[in-house]
Amino acid sequence: MIHKISIPLYHEEVAPRFDMATEVLILSKGDITEKKNIILPRSSADELCHLMLSEHTNALICGAIEEEYYQFLKWKKIDIYDSIAGDWSRAFHLWDKNTLKPGDILSKRTIEGRNV
Amino acid sequence: MISLPHPMIKSLMTDLLDFTLLMDEIPIGVLILDTDRRVVFLNRAFEALSGFSHSRAYGVQCYNILRGAACISNCPVLGMTDDSHPVLCKSDMITLNRQRLPIRMTTAPILDKNHNTRGFIETIEDIRLSQNIDREERVAYSFANIVGRSPQMEKIFQTLPVLAQSDVSILITGETGTGKDLVAEAIHQTSGRESGAFIKINCGALPETLLESEIFGHQKGAFTGAVENKPGRFKLAHNGTIFLTEIGDLPLALQVKLLTFLDDKIIYPLGSTKGFKANVRIIAATHRNLEQMVGQGRFRKDLLFRLNVARIHLPPLRERDGDIRLLIDHFFNSYKQQLDKKINGFSKEALMVLLNYKYEGNIRELKNIVEYAVNVSTNINIEPHHLPSYLLDPPLLTSFKQESIEMQALKDNNIAISQGSIFNKKNTLTTPETWSSIQREIIIGALKNSKGKKNEAAKILGWGRSTLWRKMKQFKIDS
Repeated sequence: MIHKISIPLYHEEVAPRFDMATEVLILSKGDITEKKNIILPRSSADELCHLMLSEHTNALICGAIEEEYYQFLKWKKIDIYDSIAGDWSRAFHLWDKNTLKPGDILSKRTIEGRNV
Repeated sequence: MISLPHPMIKSLMTDLLDFTLLMDEIPIGVLILDTDRRVVFLNRAFEALSGFSHSRAYGVQCYNILRGAACISNCPVLGMTDDSHPVLCKSDMITLNRQRLPIRMTTAPILDKNHNTRGFIETIEDIRLSQNIDREERVAYSFANIVGRSPQMEKIFQTLPVLAQSDVSILITGETGTGKDLVAEAIHQTSGRESGAFIKINCGALPETLLESEIFGHQKGAFTGAVENKPGRFKLAHNGTIFLTEIGDLPLALQVKLLTFLDDKIIYPLGSTKGFKANVRIIAATHRNLEQMVGQGRFRKDLLFRLNVARIHLPPLRERDGDIRLLIDHFFNSYKQQLDKKINGFSKEALMVLLNYKYEGNIRELKNIVEYAVNVSTNINIEPHHLPSYLLDPPLLTSFKQESIEMQALKDNNIAISQGSIFNKKNTLTTPETWSSIQREIIIGALKNSKGKKNEAAKILGWGRSTLWRKMKQFKIDS
């Protein structure tokens, strides 16, 4: 079985809100180069769910997601890594190596430009 | 006059205070960000609301912590400058346990003593509770505190929520006492600006010179006596609503200034060259005929057009079919409760007087009458003599829909009428009468209908036989 993952985007980062994303990346496990970038006409959690099912993805990396959609996607046997913050490429890399956990904050922590 | 310096946090009190302890006492969520929108601090209320701990959120971009819809679609921090003022918006957030909450956010820059932005402060309020209360408060035949079930009011109740949700300027017209202030406040309370200020200015109450300074504010030294800066009502109403009542009395010079504000939304306090961009919704009200005033050159046509984006005309009470009885009951119940009086209601006679009176002061007058009656009544029922005496002595004005009011009164009192009306219509419509003469007519009418049988006449009137006998004696009616 091919492992495909969806990552809703906000610029170069994982979208902080699943329902507000208008861009989605679809990638296959083990290959970051083969990616499909889908631009949505509007942000909609329902349409995103529909897209994931029609693209036969079996994992999702996202930021905040409502319980209703979380449970629906779980029911559809999709692995969900929610509350992820940071670059999508780093999140994908960790997922690829099976080390990504829900709630991971992957972005640099800085205050007034200094790392903290 | 000594002007106190703004206290710095360092020297707020003689001992050093723990900032975290101070912030944790605030019952609404507080988020402090640096200039890159990274979380520097969050208080206990925000932790409880979002599920994010301080250590987990520290140094992370705020949109990954607050997770509000506004953060993605229209971040209030972006575009804020050193001169920016607090921005208020309603949005929603998704908590760590995947719950979507409606929130009210206020964002403001944090300035140092040189007025440079050093960061931002966001306060986040959970508005679930207030939304539930709003739902509970919705009572039949009313909108906010406005009561009515007449077709005219039904139409207004349908329009008000739509207008409240938009941000257009509204002009409310109507006779005195029809509830213009109440409507303005209801619009504010049901709009997105409800948490902002609702500032009322009576344009007819102050002289022109004072009014300008009151509305637009002034700069220190702008005129003799201007010893300090005054913000003005427009600035105080920032993010809220300003209600200009008696707009028809606004002097022409100020009409021009108001016109300028409506065009560019910037106010210039008296003596200041620096403008302030005020985010204010304008609601104006008047009992005057502005179109007529425009014709007479007393009101600017262009100002009328700008204010008249949406107009609500409140009908006088005499044109509101069936609302008099509803309002009598409404005010009676409210004053009875307020004054803790054990009164059952109005007697049929008192009710008849109230329903037949022409309320030139509209609802305000009706409210005052009911308040007076509830206050002075010592009986179980409010009788005509408990009503203000001017209702009984002067002509009862019955030029409006007399018949329907008679019918309503009779239906409400379950008085059975077999044929015709017990009123002498000819008299009531043409000659001024006192309550005594009307009572006399009513009794004679009932006796005529019952063909002189006192028992039946008493039944028609809803009285006991002894009451009828006593009244007949009082009004010198021979059997």
